[in-house]
Amino acid sequence: MADFKIGAYICKGCGIEDRLDVNQLTQTATRDGKAAIGKDHEFLCNAEGVKMIQDDIDNEGVNRVVIAACSRRAKTDAFSFDGVTISRANLREGVIWIRPDEDEHQETTQEMADDYVRMACAEAKSSTPPAASGEQEVNRRIMVVGGGIAGMTSAIEAAKTGYEVELVEKSGALGGVAAELYKRTPKRNGLAGPADNDTADLIAAVEGSDKITVHLNASLTKTDGAPGRFSAEIATESGSSTTVSVGAIVQATGFKPYDMSQLPEFAPDNADVVDQLTFEKMVKANDGAIKKADGSDAKNVVFVQCAGQRSDKEGHLPYCSGHCCTTSIKQAQYVKAAGGDATVIFDDLRTPGATGEDFYRSGQEAGVAFSKGAVSGVAAGGNGLEVSYNDKILNEDTAINADIVVLATGMVPNSGPNPYLITELGEAREKDNKELMAQIEAEIAIQPESILNLGYRQGTDLPILRDGFNDSHFICFPYETRRTGIYASGPLRRPMDIVQTVEDATGATMKAIQACENAGLGRAAHPRSGDLSFPSFRREGCTQCKRCTVECPFGAINEDEEGYPQYNEARCRRCGTCMGACPVRVISFENYSIETVGQQIKNVDIPDEFDEKPRILMLACENDAYPALDMAGMTKQTYSPWVRIVPVRCLGSVSTIWITDALNSGFDGIILAGCQKGENYQCHFVRGSEMAHMRMSKIDDTLSQLNLEKERVSTLEVAITDIQRLPEEINKMEKTIEEIGMSPFKF
Amino acid sequence: MSEVIATNETIMVVGGGISGLTAAIEAAECGKQVLLLEKSSTVGGRVGQLYKYFPKLCHPTCGLEIQYRRLKGNKNVRLLTMAEVTNVEGESGNYTVSVKVAPRYVNENCTACGACAEVVEAEFDDEHNYGMMKRKGAYLANNMAFPQRYVLDPAIIGTDDATRAAEACKYGAVDLEMAEQELTLNVGSVIFATGWKPYDAAKIQPYGYDRYENVITNVEFERMLDPFGPTGGQIKRPSDGETPKNIAFIQCAGSRDKNHLKHCSRICCMATLKQTTYVKDTLGDDCKSTVYYIDIRAIDRIDDFHQKVKEDENVTFVKSKVANIVNGGNGNVILNGVDTEGYNRYANEHDLVVLATGMESSLPEGIFPEGTVINEHNFIDADESNGAIFGAGCSSDALDVNRAVQNSTAAALRAIQTVSLVSGSEG
Repeated sequence: MADFKIGAYICKGCGIEDRLDVNQLTQTATRDGKAAIGKDHEFLCNAEGVKMIQDDIDNEGVNRVVIAACSRRAKTDAFSFDGVTISRANLREGVIWIRPDEDEHQETTQEMADDYVRMACAEAKSSTPPAASGEQEVNRRIMVVGGGIAGMTSAIEAAKTGYEVELVEKSGALGGVAAELYKRTPKRNGLAGPADNDTADLIAAVEGSDKITVHLNASLTKTDGAPGRFSAEIATESGSSTTVSVGAIVQATGFKPYDMSQLPEFAPDNADVVDQLTFEKMVKANDGAIKKADGSDAKNVVFVQCAGQRSDKEGHLPYCSGHCCTTSIKQAQYVKAAGGDATVIFDDLRTPGATGEDFYRSGQEAGVAFSKGAVSGVAAGGNGLEVSYNDKILNEDTAINADIVVLATGMVPNSGPNPYLITELGEAREKDNKELMAQIEAEIAIQPESILNLGYRQGTDLPILRDGFNDSHFICFPYETRRTGIYASGPLRRPMDIVQTVEDATGATMKAIQACENAGLGRAAHPRSGDLSFPSFRREGCTQCKRCTVECPFGAINEDEEGYPQYNEARCRRCGTCMGACPVRVISFENYSIETVGQQIKNVDIPDEFDEKPRILMLACENDAYPALDMAGMTKQTYSPWVRIVPVRCLGSVSTIWITDALNSGFDGIILAGCQKGENYQCHFVRGSEMAHMRMSKIDDTLSQLNLEKERVSTLEVAITDIQRLPEEINKMEKTIEEIGMSPFKF
Repeated sequence: MSEVIATNETIMVVGGGISGLTAAIEAAECGKQVLLLEKSSTVGGRVGQLYKYFPKLCHPTCGLEIQYRRLKGNKNVRLLTMAEVTNVEGESGNYTVSVKVAPRYVNENCTACGACAEVVEAEFDDEHNYGMMKRKGAYLANNMAFPQRYVLDPAIIGTDDATRAAEACKYGAVDLEMAEQELTLNVGSVIFATGWKPYDAAKIQPYGYDRYENVITNVEFERMLDPFGPTGGQIKRPSDGETPKNIAFIQCAGSRDKNHLKHCSRICCMATLKQTTYVKDTLGDDCKSTVYYIDIRAIDRIDDFHQKVKEDENVTFVKSKVANIVNGGNGNVILNGVDTEGYNRYANEHDLVVLATGMESSLPEGIFPEGTVINEHNFIDADESNGAIFGAGCSSDALDVNRAVQNSTAAALRAIQTVSLVSGSEG
């Protein structure tokens, strides 16, 4: 262990002095906590208090600072010191604010405070200040995969920011779907109707930029590395290949229209029944004239919305594709401009926002007919086609004739294969589950070809959220990727129209650039932005069991030829799930490890069994459970004085050894408080909470070996709003212990 | 207040809601200097007043906690609360911005111990709860307030309350001499993320928001679910505190309406669908929800949420723009209109009505340089003549949180491009 010198600083303000024996706390820090310096201060967070600490860092060699004052979430601007570790003992929100101010409670309140001081000192002792690994330098070049509107926007925006771009396009030309359009939906508000297609300008700008290298007829055959040092092999159809080094990757591989031959009820074989993209190409080819397949003029076009989408029928798309209402309104205006009639049959017309609603109005003003209904079929009839539908306004089944029927069929994302299938197959094989293996193999057989060809332990491509879309799972973080430094954008990420795609591509480029900058400094990406700590492992202890490489939610860890983990600092999000997974406890961060938490647990003073003072350990997710507990303090909720709370980066980082050690050392109850798991998971490290639940389900064996009741350990899913519930849960554990009795493991 | 330093390599972000926070933090994490201005005493904005987000039904404060932590850990962002922009002049890479900073009467010595609030007696309408409950004249805006620093209501200045507050503070944090400040700042780019306000429901005369106690807005309904809100987390009728049994949700209340807001406010459909889950989760089969709508705009992949709500047999959908609301006695009201599916007239009695009021842009007027393109809905239209003034989130269109963040992330890059050009670091 490095040379350490602890300075412990006890604040007397905010009522701490009135409620606690501060001298005793200082003594606890120096005697039990082995702090070289123990000082108190009337008002630690003011300039004078902060200076006192800074002076000790500068002049006395203090490099482990313990601040016993308010919560680690409070006064962070004041208590920010460079080059040292900072441990906070939460005496305010965590002790005096959650305990009644009465003499009879004074003793147990003081015990809480003393323990938190001991724990903070113990944490300080086993931490070192984190420093970046220096694995990579700033690499100001990004890779963009896909040369459609999203990819080209990314390239141009990156170039404008001073970045170089490698743009890889599978086909022989830039432009993608956007280039096929006759006109586009307008970027701006107003009733002007469809706007000129400006894709050619964008293509010209991309081709003319000296910062952008375009690779046509090209694909990625191998991508290795990490943000700041990706190495990508680009192969072209001609057989040539080149390897480039990039800092980050934006995948913008777009969409394809849903295959309308899957919709037999709409007469897909009839030459005058087309999907939206085909109609667009027809009008473009005819320069605005609306012509039937036989070349004659079409006078009457019917648009069928939600064709094969928003439907739970097998083979249909369950989702809404977002752009099709606007697209049909645009195309109906082509028909009106050519002098024909256009009818849009819809269920819900979805043109949200100001831009959307204005465009809807432009369609209405152009004389497009809108009819709320559900189309049941399209068939040849009369002089052309007959569209049968239920008119929902008149509540009757009716039919309308059409020369051309345009089906709004929705978008299917061009994503790569589900990266987890190979791992799942391996696990099924290990369990010798033949049925499951067959099932996964069948699924693998129908997966699309890889796009990124990542050399990652956890598969070749971006994880899929649902329905093939590579979206983030978070409302407030649309770019929260599960592969650091690789961002999906455009309709690959989520169904969207052209206007939104441009915004999305610009946003994704922003994140890619940020990933390059962060990687160069060794800083973590969101949500632990700026964190310099990263995991390392003790090779001699490692059993090559691969738990860490399999369970990392971000696919950050590879395996070397001997099966040892290879960490990639810049891919790592610093959640500690690997640490929680490691059965032999060889993984650690500089300031967060088996020791930093384990020592806190060991340094809680466990009273004798006959004192009837139980001890409850709570490991609380720092993003949700811990703030909720702080707010419980702010709102003066009370909870049991027996609890000792340790914030953890994620429940996924919790090692079962902490639980076993706590039980062995006489803790009477243990609560793990993490985020919601399952389909609507709220854990920002994806599966942290889920992994913890899984691991804790095995703790029952430990409990029964120790002859302890299983009620002593409880794993909770909580939210940041559980300000009242968390105190209740703590009190419930106190009650449980009253009922089942104290732990016999007290020494 | 310590000196505010800004240069033409600084990005100014106006508004500290989810959009402004995003733009500021994303730019700062690219190494740029950012000055984040917020008009009120805390950042967090409208999302901080929401109970849950659609469609995941997760809590907005979770995301705010992450954003605040990013903010705390990043020295590139300077946050200035109580600050409003009064004028912007100049051109891309070189703007002069006039800023008015209202006195908070509490300085950075504040530890948020709450001693001042304990001694202040005067109470005021609580903005965080849309005036549905009271707060003290010395207060923290909410439990998540950031910066975690109290503020005095200007109305108590000069009263005994102010003196008491100052005396109660042991840390010299209450400063009654604080005065309004005018700052003139030079910045390279300005991102406006001034967000939105609920459309004034009283203007929709036929719905009687000003006449019937049990006609409320969707933002007020949202506050009822907060355990620390006006009803302690319970859905209750304002008139008598009774639990409703038959709630009406009226969509497009003030939106898509040429007499009010012409635009679609985008969020209200999903917000109502979400709120029907609150009804289901807290009242179960004992309360019915009826949604009166024109189109349900549950756009793109979140349509599955719409499908799920449609399966709930306690929720009914009526395609209709409600014509008017009349008194039905006992605090109940009667909704008149025509169900356009089948064209049937109805007169439906409900015991609580929630108006899905639209989103009105909060973009300040009359402060922009000439030539800035602001459309008839008071959103900033993207246009080259705007120079390096960018709209983010609901300053650019009516957007949901996900799209507001998307848009703000894009705005951050556009601003970075400008200031990089200024510093010559664009390569």
